[in-house]
Amino acid sequence: MQQLVAELLKGNRRAAARMISHVENDDPLKRMLLTELYPHTGKAYVIGVTGAPGSGKSSLVDCLLQQMRRDGLKIGVIAVDPTSPFSGGAILGDRIRMQDHALDHDIFIRSMGTRGSLGGLSRSTREAIQVLDAFGKDIILIETVGVGQSEVDIVKAADTTVVVLTPAGGDSVQTIKAGIMEIADLFVVNKADLPGAERTTTEINIMLDMKKGDHWRPPVVQTVSVQNKGLDQLWELLQEHRNYMNESGKLETVRLERVKRELTDQVEYLLKNSVWEQVKEEVKLEKLVEEIANRKNDPYSAASELLEKISFFDQKTGKDD
Amino acid sequence: MEREKFHHLDDQKRAWEKHAESLEGRKESFVTVSGRPVKMLYTPLDTEKLDYEKDLGFPGSYPYTRGVQGNMYRGRLWTMRQFSGFGDAYDSNRRYRYLLEQGQTGLSVAFDMPTIMGYDSDHERAMGEVGRCGVAIDSLEDMEILFDNIPVDQVTTSMTINGPASILWCMYLANAEKQGVNLKQVGGTIQNDILKEYIAQKSWIFPPEPSIRLITDIFAFAGEHVPRWNTISISGYHIREAGSTAAQELAFTLADGFAYVEAGINAGLDVDSFAPRLSFFFNAHIDFFEEICKYRAARRIWAKRMKERYGAKDERSLKLRFHTQTAGCSLTAKEPENNIIRTTLEALSAVLGGTQSLHTNSMDEVLALPTEKAVKIALRTQQVIACESGVANTIDPLAGSYFIETLTDKLESEAEEYFQRIEDLGGVLAAIDQGFFQQEIADAAYKYQRAVDNEEQVIVGVNRYNSNEPLEIELLKIDPAVEEKQVSRLRKLKEKRDNLAVRQSLDNLVNCASGNDNIIPGILEAVKVYATIGEIVASLKEVFGEYKEKPLF
Amino acid sequence: MDKSGKKIRVLVAKPGLDGHDRGARVVARALRDAGFEVIYTGLHQTPEQVAETALQEDVDVVGLSILSGAHMTLVPRIKKLLQDNGMNEVMMIVGGIIPEDDAEKLVSEGYAEQIFTPGDPLDKITGYISNNFK
Repeated sequence: MQQLVAELLKGNRRAAARMISHVENDDPLKRMLLTELYPHTGKAYVIGVTGAPGSGKSSLVDCLLQQMRRDGLKIGVIAVDPTSPFSGGAILGDRIRMQDHALDHDIFIRSMGTRGSLGGLSRSTREAIQVLDAFGKDIILIETVGVGQSEVDIVKAADTTVVVLTPAGGDSVQTIKAGIMEIADLFVVNKADLPGAERTTTEINIMLDMKKGDHWRPPVVQTVSVQNKGLDQLWELLQEHRNYMNESGKLETVRLERVKRELTDQVEYLLKNSVWEQVKEEVKLEKLVEEIANRKNDPYSAASELLEKISFFDQKTGKDD
Repeated sequence: MEREKFHHLDDQKRAWEKHAESLEGRKESFVTVSGRPVKMLYTPLDTEKLDYEKDLGFPGSYPYTRGVQGNMYRGRLWTMRQFSGFGDAYDSNRRYRYLLEQGQTGLSVAFDMPTIMGYDSDHERAMGEVGRCGVAIDSLEDMEILFDNIPVDQVTTSMTINGPASILWCMYLANAEKQGVNLKQVGGTIQNDILKEYIAQKSWIFPPEPSIRLITDIFAFAGEHVPRWNTISISGYHIREAGSTAAQELAFTLADGFAYVEAGINAGLDVDSFAPRLSFFFNAHIDFFEEICKYRAARRIWAKRMKERYGAKDERSLKLRFHTQTAGCSLTAKEPENNIIRTTLEALSAVLGGTQSLHTNSMDEVLALPTEKAVKIALRTQQVIACESGVANTIDPLAGSYFIETLTDKLESEAEEYFQRIEDLGGVLAAIDQGFFQQEIADAAYKYQRAVDNEEQVIVGVNRYNSNEPLEIELLKIDPAVEEKQVSRLRKLKEKRDNLAVRQSLDNLVNCASGNDNIIPGILEAVKVYATIGEIVASLKEVFGEYKEKPLF
Repeated sequence: MDKSGKKIRVLVAKPGLDGHDRGARVVARALRDAGFEVIYTGLHQTPEQVAETALQEDVDVVGLSILSGAHMTLVPRIKKLLQDNGMNEVMMIVGGIIPEDDAEKLVSEGYAEQIFTPGDPLDKITGYISNNFK
């Protein structure tokens, strides 16, 4: 295992890929590995790209990769696609648009399925970011479908968040209302060659003008990713936001918050696992449930009784579910 | 029929229905290969609204439901056009001459994948693919060899080429001029249908916009200089092979056709100046009646829209002429001899549907490129249908059948519904961009495969009556040396040609592509100095960029 | 999923120039519906792109779909590149128009575990992978 970390730090792509698998699979060795990696993290700048299906996120990311490579940056991409709730399987096709970069060893692209549990996903994404960070990437792009809470959670791991919209109908503005407004540092109106691009841009601007207070006013940029239009501007604005984050001290605040969240999450997580591992061993849960259902017991007393029987944290079982 | 008579008939039908439904059936539901439910019986009640003059008319007259020529096969049989090409130009030239000797009446060139994708045979992406799926053509030199001793003023040639269609066409024209043939005498077809590439076949090179420009430039150039050339073959074949239903094939193909008409009009061309040279290419799948109705519906829809919506006046603009190929996807690798029977049925449906030309698949095509023997049987299949079966004696013999007319109407109305949906999405290009066609086809393909897997759809020798006997037919092997030979000949060409002239012609081409003038003369100039397909495509990519596929499932 | 509860990741790749992706897409869907995590490369991939994608995605299975007749060139090259990447253990399966003697050769010479041809039901493919990870 030590070797895997050493290989990863040396820049071995296979080692990085294996590490992400361990993270995704919640492998028992994961904690040890992440512990080893942690001192090497904290250097990468994380950019989240989110938007509705069909908004052209992947082609936008593809174009951004070109821009960033021109500046000599090393990039990691994590492309998240939904897992089917019916079969537990997934088709991860985001990298189709990025395959021109497949042979560029300074770009590492990894597809991830949401795999059911919400908390689990944001955790494994965060950990995958750590892996790519330690692996020496300057920038890490996370691409997600912006539809639900889980995606918003993932985006919390980003230093800069880009929300991608298209001029299609009136849906786009509705999407903004549905909670993405707050997380965007930058709006992209992609496919801006379609009719309605100006209107969509104006609508977003109006909405942003109504929102007051913040020092950073999210810019709205029009792009046509298939024609590589507007990408220079997008990349400039991304860097501008990064400078703003640095200079205003906001990056530090955000990162401290993030570390705090990581810590609390980890504590809750370990505690929860530890508790349930022991509960499984000590108590006949089903019997207890039956008793409660038959009103021979109640959930409040049962929970207290249950926790009295176990020690609160057992290092050995602090294993991921 | 009078109302009273219909009432009486209706009563009788109800009585029959009650009886028939009480009898035990072989299975729960009866559907076509497209999953379309079919009734047990069709009666005059189903065709009550049919208006002969308005809906069917006479052959050669509006709305052409019964056929586009006045006397159809009594005048001239359909063109028997076997699609072929493999190895290098020498190998394919030998096969073409063999086919012409066997009585084939037109040529149809299959190109290899590197040619189709615009790569030279010595490109690293071409490795292992040279001459595999068709013939390798890198330059005018190969085209000269391919048509050596074949008089291009007497034989018409169809070329299945799309992304680089303009380039191969220019090579063909340049070769014709070298043979001393006036371009006005040269006849043939280029597939040149890029929309279905984005939708189904996926052999694209450039993005839609410049691709459409290349196509309208071809329309304009041909209109002026090569009037006998069919400038586009709007293809449903590949849409069907990708897994669509019959209705989707019909609707998407015609929608593409209308999109090209609109592109031509938007490019400033008069509709009647190019529409007469538009032709179609359909699939003949295994569901006999549904296919026949598909062709009949296609003619009627095309004629109506061309007249009513696009104001075409020349009656040739209203006539939907089409080539047909039997369905490659209906063939089985198991017991391949059975494919002869499938192909016969499919070919028969194309003929009963009034096709203008036909390719019959060889029994071994699901296994490899066809052997000479297999190709001969496939050609003989057409000849037996044409000369022995008697089906070519009378025009549109199934017209008036309650079932045929009902299904023809149904397919037409389903196509109209699809046109509406496509329009609502913003037209064909917008629908492609949103993955509409791709998604519809993928859904149908998956549904079909599931139906085969659970035996709702029977395939003889595969999921029923499976004997599991070992394969007993000869297969054509492509000599791996073909690639080496082709590459070394290409290298020699690149040494011996006038490279300064090549450079200049490519620079001119880049300039021309950046502007708005017709691009065909520039391509013609480049092929004449032996610039290769790879060089020309690479030059155009500099200006046009490349298309990338949509991540959709 | 395999016995440890880990998701099986399958790369569905279209090497070579042919654009016939009906099979690849249908199989990708069937694999998803059978609970696998499928990574799809898209069309027109070089062997190097396929091998590098397999590496970055750390897949358990590489499924190649080839209908252009170039399988005897492409499959061994991809296998070799995977080995160069240290991915000796990855399962390689191939689908497409592949004559029987070529199929036998690809398997007997260790380039692929299993060849699927037109007419093979989807369950046969998903079942083959599942059984090998039990």
